[in-house]
Amino acid sequence: MLKYLAKRIARSLLTLFFILTIVFILVRQMPIEGYFPNFEKMTQSQIDNGLHQMGLDQPMTVQLVNFFRGLFHGDLGVSRVYNRGKPVWDILKTKIPISIQLGSMSILFSMIVGLPMGIHMAQRKGKLPDHLGTAFIVLIQAVPAAVYYLFIQLYGTELLQIKLRFDPGDWRSWILPVLSLSLGNIAYYAMWIRRYMVDESTKDYIMLARIKGCNERRIMFRHIFRNAFVPMAQYLPTSFLNTVIGSIYIESLWSIKGMGGLLVDVIHKQDNNMILGIVLLFACVGIIGLILGDVLMVLFDPRISFTKKGGDGA
Amino acid sequence: MSLLKHPQVERLEDHVSDALKQEIGAEKLFSIAPFSEEQAELTGSSDYSYWRSTFRAFRRHWVAMGLLVLLLAILVFTFIQPYLPGQFDANAITNGENGLPLKNQPADAVHWLGTNSIGQDLWSRVWAGTRNSLIIGISVALIEAAIGILVGILWGYVRQLDFLLTELYNILDNIPTTIVLILVSFLLRPGMTTIIFALSITGWIGMARFVRNQVLIIRDRDYNVASRTLGTSTWRIMTRNLLPYLVSVIMLRMALSIPGAIGSEVFITYIGLGLPIEVCSLGNLINEGRKLMMSPNLRYQLIYPTIILSIVTVSFYIIGNAFSDAADPRNHL
Repeated sequence: MLKYLAKRIARSLLTLFFILTIVFILVRQMPIEGYFPNFEKMTQSQIDNGLHQMGLDQPMTVQLVNFFRGLFHGDLGVSRVYNRGKPVWDILKTKIPISIQLGSMSILFSMIVGLPMGIHMAQRKGKLPDHLGTAFIVLIQAVPAAVYYLFIQLYGTELLQIKLRFDPGDWRSWILPVLSLSLGNIAYYAMWIRRYMVDESTKDYIMLARIKGCNERRIMFRHIFRNAFVPMAQYLPTSFLNTVIGSIYIESLWSIKGMGGLLVDVIHKQDNNMILGIVLLFACVGIIGLILGDVLMVLFDPRISFTKKGGDGA
Repeated sequence: MSLLKHPQVERLEDHVSDALKQEIGAEKLFSIAPFSEEQAELTGSSDYSYWRSTFRAFRRHWVAMGLLVLLLAILVFTFIQPYLPGQFDANAITNGENGLPLKNQPADAVHWLGTNSIGQDLWSRVWAGTRNSLIIGISVALIEAAIGILVGILWGYVRQLDFLLTELYNILDNIPTTIVLILVSFLLRPGMTTIIFALSITGWIGMARFVRNQVLIIRDRDYNVASRTLGTSTWRIMTRNLLPYLVSVIMLRMALSIPGAIGSEVFITYIGLGLPIEVCSLGNLINEGRKLMMSPNLRYQLIYPTIILSIVTVSFYIIGNAFSDAADPRNHL
């Protein structure tokens, strides 16, 4: 297992290297007008001088080597426009916590609501609660989030008599952003657990449990739910880690000073160091999430193993 | 078959039928059916046709049928609407009696849904926007499917490619979509083709991964192993063994990527990379409406595009699900 993990991490580092290289090259394809706010009025020597100061006149390979050398020493560089002269990591540090808080609260809330909802739907398959739940899921999944977020903000703030602007100190202003963020996940969890439980309830081991005289409640929770949770465990670390990315809609709608939208913002401003810092963060989060998810799955389900290749591939 | 025609069998039939008549007098309720070779053949061979059964199963889902009709009607209407009498051009600014543009005019007999903040007819704009959004959605879904299916099948089926493509996927998947979108919008002029191109080059990756996972599930089933052993070419296995099996899941995924692309267009407009304002789409209509949503009497400019957007996306979603159920041969009985 340790050997497997070591190999896996080494491969991830390679992937990370490629991601950063590609993004680094992509970023340098941006038009040079974007680096100077008053490009039209500048003379050629001023432009050359500006590019020289940013190190953009050097060959791509030299720029790349410099970047990775800095990275190796834990230096992501400083922001160019977004917050001039401030180290990239210091900027990110102030923005990450609020996004993680919002995201984690939303994941917990979606689980608390979504899982029981799905279980309830599976137990009453084909009856009214099932139809209502399905209608909710279809609506949430089909209608673009941008649209219902707007309406939640529009009517929710009127209902709760709160301001449109998010205020971290006031607990009431957390309700609507967390609720908006959660709706998609609630629908996802409910749909997933319902489908799983319906599929699973006809399997042999469930029938055996029924024959033995287990009551339905026990079958649901001890047998079906525990099995259903294994694949979910795989996505759990990713979903929690992904909260770092934040939500661009939610955070801009409520003017929350988090990570959401920061990437778009710095790309528009062509703040190269910021872009690469954020890409590095997101890529790390994604890769670590995948590895942790696989580890969790092995821990939860004794039948799964990293080292031996599955016999029948099932 | 010949056994049934045997005289002994016929005698037995007569005997049973006599016995039945005597014992329960069941002549009125039951009668022995005469043997007919044609009838017997019918149950033996089947005239099963995959697509006919699929459409038969789909027709039974009346909600999806209704929505399909509605969606087709909307699609046709968006194209004929500009030629109907009494319509305004989507970009024309209407001037009032005082010569100034009719801004934020509520709905009336002339402007059926009112006018927007610069005096353009909202009814025409909503339909022009729906037309463009549908074109974007359908084109993106088709392009995504074409590339995604090809790459996905190769990725899942050809073992030698697995390592390469998996690593490539890990890299591409981690490059933020926004960077690609922004670069595309810098390099090309904003417009319909650009947005379709941008959404397709970022969207096929997900489709390829989806197809790959589906192929992995069935790649080593007995019938595929048998084909391989018999020396069937890879191309033939891919097109004859794998693809038909995947039709239902791929159709579902495609039907869902249409509302997905329409939603992405809203998102791209939101981050300021959408279509120019004179090319309306549901995305920029909603974005325009959003700016006015805080004044209750102008909210209609947000609500009308939202309603049509929701109808379109929900319809595609339900139709896609119903069609994928219908396309699953297990549901054909």
